[in-house]
Amino acid sequence: MRDAAPTELTSDPVLTAKPENRVWKKLRAHRSALLGGSLVIFFVLIALAAPILPIPDPAATDWGAVRKAPSWAHWMGTDEIGRDVMARMIWGAQASLLAGVVSVGIAVIAGVPLGLVAGYFGGWTDAVISRCTEALLAAPFLILAIALAAFLGPSLTNAMIAIGISATPIFIRLTRGQVINIKSEDYVDSARAIGLPTHRILSRYILPNVLPPILVQATLTIATAIIAEASLSFLGLGQQPPAPSWGSMLNTAKNFLNQAPWMAMWPGLSIFLVVLGFNLLGDGLRDALDPREH
Amino acid sequence: MAIAAPTAGQELASEDALFVMSDLTLRFKGQKNDVVQGVNLRVRRGEVLCVVGESGCGKSVTSMAIMGLLPPNSAQISSGKMRISSDEWDLVTDRLPAELRGNKIAMIFQEPMTSLNPAFRIGNQIAEVVQRHQGGTRAASLDRAEEMLQRVGIANPGQRLREYPHQLSGGMRQRVMIAMALANEPQILIADEPTTALDVTIQAQILDLIADLRDETGMGTIMITHDLGVVAEIADTVAVMYGGQVVEQGPVEEVFRNPQHPYTIGLMSAMPRLDKPGERLAIVPGTVPTISNMPDGCRFRTRCAFATSYCSKRPSLSDIAPDHSVACHYAPLEAHVRVSA
Repeated sequence: MRDAAPTELTSDPVLTAKPENRVWKKLRAHRSALLGGSLVIFFVLIALAAPILPIPDPAATDWGAVRKAPSWAHWMGTDEIGRDVMARMIWGAQASLLAGVVSVGIAVIAGVPLGLVAGYFGGWTDAVISRCTEALLAAPFLILAIALAAFLGPSLTNAMIAIGISATPIFIRLTRGQVINIKSEDYVDSARAIGLPTHRILSRYILPNVLPPILVQATLTIATAIIAEASLSFLGLGQQPPAPSWGSMLNTAKNFLNQAPWMAMWPGLSIFLVVLGFNLLGDGLRDALDPREH
Repeated sequence: MAIAAPTAGQELASEDALFVMSDLTLRFKGQKNDVVQGVNLRVRRGEVLCVVGESGCGKSVTSMAIMGLLPPNSAQISSGKMRISSDEWDLVTDRLPAELRGNKIAMIFQEPMTSLNPAFRIGNQIAEVVQRHQGGTRAASLDRAEEMLQRVGIANPGQRLREYPHQLSGGMRQRVMIAMALANEPQILIADEPTTALDVTIQAQILDLIADLRDETGMGTIMITHDLGVVAEIADTVAVMYGGQVVEQGPVEEVFRNPQHPYTIGLMSAMPRLDKPGERLAIVPGTVPTISNMPDGCRFRTRCAFATSYCSKRPSLSDIAPDHSVACHYAPLEAHVRVSA
């Protein structure tokens, strides 16, 4: 009988790639994900390179060049006190991306463990965590962020904390749902059957298998968080002047829409492109990580 | 007719048994009937006990109860004692400690395709069980994992260690599951339909493998199955379950040659036979009642051709021959009715 064993040992060559490689391959074949990824990488690069790029100081005023249209000297024009719009746009990218990543980081770090615990243990633990989540979700995302930011006081750090807290319930809910799904899988039973302690089952059997949808959600939430940061800065609750931020640039620009439309155009376009980028990338990741399409 | 049934005390006392489960009774919260009622099982060293029965007869629940894997908030165990070699538990108050799971007593599952963690390499998963129970270094556990893969007949184990579950076929994954279960040389192996999801040739290989490993290590095996072909191939003793009760129990040749419970007789005559080709197979009329509609007394009486009003009293499992016991008021049947062969 055992002689027949080698015939089934040749495993399917289509399946022999590591899962990471398959995801990467699918992502590279996904056109809109590539476009999204390129947009994100472009903004990340200019944000990182801001200090070394040959651009004027974003806070330097020039009273001889107030609200000048785009020209060779100022590629994107100047604002109402003669600051270079391109320099402010590039430095503003730093604030926006930082706000997006840090606030989603806060939401993931707070939300995922709570969701894991709620989903795995169920019962009273789940009831308490889920009711609090629902209470937070009952308030619209932006309204909650504005309320929290106003409560914490206006600054970029507080805006990030406020956005992070507002985005936490999304991750609690998502993780909890995934965990409830995964914990009834046979391999979780078999982990218990080999006597693994609960914390090990959670960290090695449940967490890695709930991560893909969380990664997708995190990417999409970065886009939302960037809009939220721009909105808070627009309202004066985020980045404080004179430090540049796309939201506060739009706030000033709204007063000069007829005389100096470029002041609104560039930050508006940047927000649009970076949000589009994260959304396309998130959609692409979702398709690439979808187990049904392997 | 009926002689005294083995009581819980007697069962636990039987010296040569490696594993004894006595009088396991449990129900799920919100149900008015027990899903497992008064189940006694016994396995000696190097013996394979097959628990057979159709879906929903309580055989998987029994195995989960043995492993202590039933969710404590929904499964209520009202009686049951368990002994593995010299350790004894009252299942009403205790469950099998995690230190013994995967160590003294191990389990393999029905679905090899979904029983391995898709996020980790095979080697790490086997090494994890070894490290959990034996300690030692990662490298030593990985060596042990490689040795186990070799032992369950996987060619090129060094390379397989570094592969992910999705890269293996169903038969290979079941071998990996067996390697994992046996890595710590358990005294008892519980196999819950280990071959149901596999095709017939692989099924035979896996059964051979379990039998070989049993011979090598002398472990006792409890095999849960609904496949009488599997029973005939591997079992030493067999326990037939119906509606959460053991209705017949005994050495496999005895039960196959001389089935005494009407349900066992029904099962046997529903099996296609090479020596009687072209004959229509008999069927057991009706279906298993749902747990809430289970009749009192003998749970088979609503489908039994021999049932009388007397059957509303629960029959106890009584010996009709050495080691062969039947839970039927009319066993042995020859004494009561003329059965046409």
